[in-house]
Amino acid sequence: MNANTQLAAVATTTAAVMDCKLDKIFYGNFMAVRDSHVPIEKNRITGFIGPSGCGKSTVLRSLNRMNDLVDGFRFEGHVHFLGQDVYGKGVDPVVVRRYIGMVFQQPNPFSMSIFENVAFGLRLNRYKGDIGDRVKAALEGAALWDEVKDKLKVSGLALSGGQQQRLCIARAIATEPEVLLMDEPCSALDPIATRRVEELMVELKKKYTIALVTHNMQQATRVADTTAFFSVDISAGTRTGYLVELGPTEQIFGSPREKLTRDYISGQFS
Amino acid sequence: MQDQPVVSQPAPSLQHRLAGRSLRSALLSGVAWVCALIASVPLLSVLYMLIMRGGSRLSWEVLSELPPAGFEMGGGFGNALVGTFVMVGIAALIAIPVGILAAIFLSELGPSSKLANIARFAAKTLTGLPSILAGVFAYAMVVLTTGSYSAPAGGLALAVLMVPIVVLTAEEALKMVPKAMKDAAYGMGCTRTQVIWKIVLPTGMPAILTGVMLAVARAAGETAPLLFTALFSNYWLYQDGSFEVMGPTASLAVLIYNFSGMPFDNQIELAWAASLVLVLIVLVINIVSRIIGRPRF
Repeated sequence: MNANTQLAAVATTTAAVMDCKLDKIFYGNFMAVRDSHVPIEKNRITGFIGPSGCGKSTVLRSLNRMNDLVDGFRFEGHVHFLGQDVYGKGVDPVVVRRYIGMVFQQPNPFSMSIFENVAFGLRLNRYKGDIGDRVKAALEGAALWDEVKDKLKVSGLALSGGQQQRLCIARAIATEPEVLLMDEPCSALDPIATRRVEELMVELKKKYTIALVTHNMQQATRVADTTAFFSVDISAGTRTGYLVELGPTEQIFGSPREKLTRDYISGQFS
Repeated sequence: MQDQPVVSQPAPSLQHRLAGRSLRSALLSGVAWVCALIASVPLLSVLYMLIMRGGSRLSWEVLSELPPAGFEMGGGFGNALVGTFVMVGIAALIAIPVGILAAIFLSELGPSSKLANIARFAAKTLTGLPSILAGVFAYAMVVLTTGSYSAPAGGLALAVLMVPIVVLTAEEALKMVPKAMKDAAYGMGCTRTQVIWKIVLPTGMPAILTGVMLAVARAAGETAPLLFTALFSNYWLYQDGSFEVMGPTASLAVLIYNFSGMPFDNQIELAWAASLVLVLIVLVINIVSRIIGRPRF
């Protein structure tokens, strides 16, 4: 197992925007994740795959300190971002989340108009420029502008599921965060909406850095540049997730180094 | 599996087999229908009586003049109308902020804390409190300390009745705000305070307002808590150039109570008209609450 983490570190070739060394993540006494070192590279999509309960969502939500909202959450390790440790002394999780945006599994627009949904982050950060311009740019960036430009005052909740998810992406990119964390963003969408969001992700990586959790291996092969495979260790009597292997997506799916990875991608266990 | 014939036994009949079942179904539907009818009888008959007996007396004079004395003819209940509005207003000013802030604590800040459990239990108990006890409370708190019956005393008594309704409906309204929506707000970099003010409260507001309006409607119709807090008055709250806020104050509910027992036809007619006005006020409040309670987005 120790060899895996060493192998994982080798894969780094370009500058990592985030260097995430997750030694131990606890919920109360339950150790959810251990020994996972994942660098997130600039302008790339890093995909997190693995069976249910392997802690890939926990890992993602640790990166912008969303897990701080969970009672009993405890973190050992570091997440270096912009030269600082996100878990360092005096770091405000609220500020961290303004630089690391998040898109959730269920589309979750606010019950406001489409415009106000996208403008929310700008108003929150007391943006001084023209909010209208930034909203338009964000909606264009999320490939939603043409569909909603005539109904910006309509409720965000009136859109279809796929449109809602793109609205949430627009909301997240309106403030131009450094990194976008996407937690199974397509799992509630139909195949056509999924395809549109996938195309959007590939487009977005030109400007942003993306970390993507997905339970859909085809999705990882379609969009991820780097793939991290997580698995569950049940040897200690509990279910602790850990990083098995990390590398370029073609290598992970073409010639995995670990037997666990090979078994998983060939569908021999889930 | 494929070797076996697909249909190995005759297809089951889909015809009605139990005549008894449809009979029972019809019987239950009938009983439910009759019960629904019985439930609406009191409201409809009260409305009918009020319109028949109070409607004829309704006029601007009745709404704007002072109550008549003894054998006097004419007169109205303008001061009671004003008194009801003033006391319900005082009650709303106390109960709405207290109730909504308490609900924020119960649903957002410490939902499972010891204080929350106690407060929730207290609120549930208070909703069943005999309303006359709210009057006793306000009597002890205000009437005894200030030395006189007054509108603020009546307002406090009504507020005691409104707070639990506001707290419990607002808590439910706030709990209905999806966690995913709050997560989105935290994910955008909101503090907990910002999540509550920018997302949770606005999203739950229509449902909160419905609860507030129901509480206001209930308070407007209460008699018992006003009997020994505001008492009654035959004069305006505002007279001779000064507000008599700290004196006995008239209200529609107490006027109805007083006048309906009098041996004078004029007063009894006025009681009917006042009842109709009170019901109309409650009706309007309910309609308004439905309109503003409709989610905008």
